[in-house]
Amino acid sequence: MLVAPVLMVLVAWLQWDTTSAAVWLGLLETVLPEYTLNSLLLCLLVALGVVSIGSVGAVAVSLFDFPGRQTLSWLLLLPLAMPAYVVAYAYTDFLQYSGPLQMWLRQHSGWQGALWPDVRSTWGAAVVLSLSLYPYVYLLCRSAFSERAPHLMEAARLLGASVPRRVFRVALPLARPAIAAGLALAMMETLADFGVSSYFGVQTFSTGIYKAWLVMDNRVAAAQLSSFLLLLVAAVLWVEYRAQSRLRFSNRRTSSRTQESQVMRLHGWPAAMAFVLCVLPVLLGFVFPLLIMGHALWIGSQQQALPWAAFAGWFWNSLKLGGISAVLAVGLALVLAHGVRTRPTWWRRFSTQLAGLGYAVPGVVIVVGLLLPLSWIQQRWPQSGAGYWLTATLLGLLWAYLVRFIAVALQSVQSGYSRISLSADESARMLGSSGHDVFWRVHWPLLRPSAASALLLVWVDVMKELPATLVLRPFNTDTLAVMAYQLARDERLGEAALPSLALVVAGLLPVLLMARAQKSVQKP
Amino acid sequence: MCSSTLTHCFVKVGRRLAATGFFLLSLSSFAAEEPVLNLYSARHYATDEALYDNFTRASGIKINRVDADDAGILARLKAEGSASPADVILLVDAARLWKGEIEDLFAPVQSPALLKAIPEHLRAKQRPEGTRWFGLSTRARVIVYDKQKFKPDDVDSYEKLADPKFAGRLCIRSGSHPYNLSLFGSMLEHLGAPATETWLKGLVANLARQPKGGDTDQIKGVASGECGVALANSYYLARLYRSDNPQDKAVVERIGVMLPNQNSWGTHVNIAGGAVARHAKHPQNAVAFLNYLVSEQAQTYFADGNNEWPVIKGLSINNPALKAMGGASFKSEKLPASVVGMNQVKVQQMLDRVGLR
Repeated sequence: MLVAPVLMVLVAWLQWDTTSAAVWLGLLETVLPEYTLNSLLLCLLVALGVVSIGSVGAVAVSLFDFPGRQTLSWLLLLPLAMPAYVVAYAYTDFLQYSGPLQMWLRQHSGWQGALWPDVRSTWGAAVVLSLSLYPYVYLLCRSAFSERAPHLMEAARLLGASVPRRVFRVALPLARPAIAAGLALAMMETLADFGVSSYFGVQTFSTGIYKAWLVMDNRVAAAQLSSFLLLLVAAVLWVEYRAQSRLRFSNRRTSSRTQESQVMRLHGWPAAMAFVLCVLPVLLGFVFPLLIMGHALWIGSQQQALPWAAFAGWFWNSLKLGGISAVLAVGLALVLAHGVRTRPTWWRRFSTQLAGLGYAVPGVVIVVGLLLPLSWIQQRWPQSGAGYWLTATLLGLLWAYLVRFIAVALQSVQSGYSRISLSADESARMLGSSGHDVFWRVHWPLLRPSAASALLLVWVDVMKELPATLVLRPFNTDTLAVMAYQLARDERLGEAALPSLALVVAGLLPVLLMARAQKSVQKP
Repeated sequence: MCSSTLTHCFVKVGRRLAATGFFLLSLSSFAAEEPVLNLYSARHYATDEALYDNFTRASGIKINRVDADDAGILARLKAEGSASPADVILLVDAARLWKGEIEDLFAPVQSPALLKAIPEHLRAKQRPEGTRWFGLSTRARVIVYDKQKFKPDDVDSYEKLADPKFAGRLCIRSGSHPYNLSLFGSMLEHLGAPATETWLKGLVANLARQPKGGDTDQIKGVASGECGVALANSYYLARLYRSDNPQDKAVVERIGVMLPNQNSWGTHVNIAGGAVARHAKHPQNAVAFLNYLVSEQAQTYFADGNNEWPVIKGLSINNPALKAMGGASFKSEKLPASVVGMNQVKVQQMLDRVGLR
């Protein structure tokens, strides 16, 4: 069920005839090269951005000590709470030619014309996505450092290596698998991005699919574009798989971790440098967008009363959808992970991996994959009411959410399982517990923290999700994400600020929890 | 941990969900008797809420609503087929209304009241079985210009936008946006294909920047000096006119507004309209709702609340912004929507050829 929408996209190739061949040729000649080029360029730029911001931040806070390090090490996580499209709304308004900053500069300096290139471009999209996705690299990189680096850095120092040599020859190679894993996550998010590139008018696969399907009304072309996107996603997943296997290798040897971590204390200029390098991403990726949106909200509230009653409804709908799908996703993840653990057959492992594929699939592709067979079923069996059940109830939307986010839950739950020794199962079985008992009395108490974090992550991800929610939601269920998008599209930024800020607040919750968990790991 | 409260929360959510599901199920089986109307709307304006509430208060019919964009609504309708719960469809583009009509997504309606209230060029063609969609309000595609650099005479027709004097001065949103596609489709009808393509080439040559952003961005572009002339929808312009924000006031101060082609075929207007869904489960409620939308009360909401021009005649408009743009007295283009709709593919191909994004 979970892979079905993804597979359906591939099935569209079977409807091959002369008209679809003509459509395909048309795509090949006109838009396909542009989509491919833009998507690849965007990926490349975002990759450069997230790796440099993320690893510099991680190096600074985990290998050196400078004033403010403790606070910054969790402040650097904050942009994770900011949906990338909210950052996009904020910067477009603030930085464009007719925005407040350029107007002010022109007025007071006598400069003429555009003072810098327009934010709404591939470059702008790359900057915005880098600023909101670098925490993935930062997070993984930092834990890789804090586990091993201080110890080895100390050894290198005793052997007489200089500071740059220690960083570049010891620490960074050590974190390479972690950087690659974080990068893969960021790449998947970039490929799946719809909000930023559609607002900026950047023609990527994701926006192209939406256009082919909804504007040009060509579902077959949309499905074919989707399968090309899947190809790119498969490449990213392969990179991630390679990185993960090496990560496991390096993790295995970390059991003898030293408690004492000797970091290098910085003074004067170097300390100021490190401080600035860490503060910048936080300011640009979180504080500034927050201030700009807050200002827009304030201006908006001067003009007209904010729609608090409607807002409460959007908030409740977001919470509700997030909550229901989070519970379903975590439940399903527990079942799948438990199945793999108790009887790890080839088929079970394979299907679990396949279910995890959905995370990298853009919401638009999932929507196409759901609606394509739906209209076929509806035509074939008009009495089934399939068309009704999928869109007039929450079924279709929840299905799409599960396809997209089960991977997040699975990852968390499986890592929880990997920390429970198999011998615990065996002891319990020998003491006469049934499989059911083993789960409820042994696994569940130990899995609860991982399940809770999975719950929160899925919850927030669902609240931020845009394309599937936009098309599949039933009557009277406007959500924060949908309203933020629609109001921004309708050129009413002041009104879009309220749902956007609410999303940020909701997103802060798991980030703060994560930061707390990290702290308790650092100081056992 | 927090699990006890969480569980409590989920039980509550679950109950509500079950209740909703049951409610929807009961809807589908006892359709005709339920005082309910299921609405798919491409309009999502704050004043529309008041409109819907008034209808519910007057008729006792409850409105369930999904908002999406025109294309999303049509795609969803098509996928749902005969199982679609939708009763009324509201769209904000004439070409899309026409598309819904030819793809058989709308049901024909026999309503003398609607035919009488709405001028012929603002609704679907009348056929023996009925009319398939009805215009409810219009927005004009106007020219905004920098008063410091140009005179009204410079911009009194759409054709003049291709004049070399605007080289590096013109700002528009994406040519593929429905508002522009519809305008270009009407130009194709008036000028013929070769002249239209030449005109579009002229537009491309005059661009101050690649098309991007929405209509408000084009208007602000003119006010900031980045652009000299721009095309914009009257709806967005009126919103700036009525804003109390000092920045918006400064924008309005700087710009001039022209309703072009008053001496030829009239200013291009786009239609926002409604239709009864092909497989509507509450067809009577749907027609009642459409009738309400052309009532004086509803039309006043469109005009004074949402800055759109009403379709019914003789309504007194108290909207300062619409009055400033010429009230209801300007000459508007009278092309049927089917012409504009049918030209869209040709226009899109032309745009690809001349390189207008």
